[in-house]
Amino acid sequence: MTETSWTWTLHKKIPSSLPVAHQYLETFLQALKDAGWDGRDYFHVQMASEEALVNAVTHGNKESPDKQVEIELYISPDLVNMRIKDEGAGFKPESLPDPRSEERVDMVHGRGVWLIKEMMSEVQYLGSGNEVIMIRRRHDPRFDEPDEDGDDDFFTED
Amino acid sequence: MAERLVTLNVNGVTIVRFKDKRIVDAGNIEQMGDEMLQLVNAQHLKQILLNFEGVEFLSSAAFNKLIELNKAVKDVGGVLRITGLRAEILEAFKMLRLNKIFDIRKTEADALKAYGVTN
Repeated sequence: MTETSWTWTLHKKIPSSLPVAHQYLETFLQALKDAGWDGRDYFHVQMASEEALVNAVTHGNKESPDKQVEIELYISPDLVNMRIKDEGAGFKPESLPDPRSEERVDMVHGRGVWLIKEMMSEVQYLGSGNEVIMIRRRHDPRFDEPDEDGDDDFFTED
Repeated sequence: MAERLVTLNVNGVTIVRFKDKRIVDAGNIEQMGDEMLQLVNAQHLKQILLNFEGVEFLSSAAFNKLIELNKAVKDVGGVLRITGLRAEILEAFKMLRLNKIFDIRKTEADALKAYGVTN
């Protein structure tokens, strides 16, 4: 983890349970706030951690009581590094279709992995795809101009 | 189990507000989804306005429930509209191009006006 001075870290294996996963997420998100993260930076980390952990518990381990999810989380005021590993068969993230396409935009699944990619500075899948490393830099210039179309084009008009 | 929604009828439009600040927990989402679908399937309401003021976070599982509800409302010939999205959630809607399937309004007054309700 190089020279970064982490102000909060957690490394733990947790059961494949959504209520337990959310308890750890609550603690993580509080630590993120305490480290000064807010606004879009905070929201993006919240989204990615939520989606990755829920995917690991439900899709990866299929909520099996015999399987665990390994979480490794690092927070500094300027950087977040998250590693989440499940005991499932993995998947090929590059093979997932674009959830924004005409034929998929109204489907009731398939957005989580795409949102992680869009909201993180770096994402890397390891092994068979059952392990993900997500890095988010605070004030990352990549996320500076989200709104090139402006709000007015977005809202429905009569 | 406590209800997760607060509903208010304004001239035939059912305004729905949310008690949870963060709609993430699987149980909460299921319950929220069931309560929303009941508005259509059990109470036969057709003009539903979801006001997300005060909601800080929606996960993709919550988006899925909203899409389900939108389909249910359309199936009975109704209209679902959304308002009160905070900037970060609005950005997620934009990224996912969900404005193509949802009718999203800037303010509750705008949305009510679109239903033909003026105060």
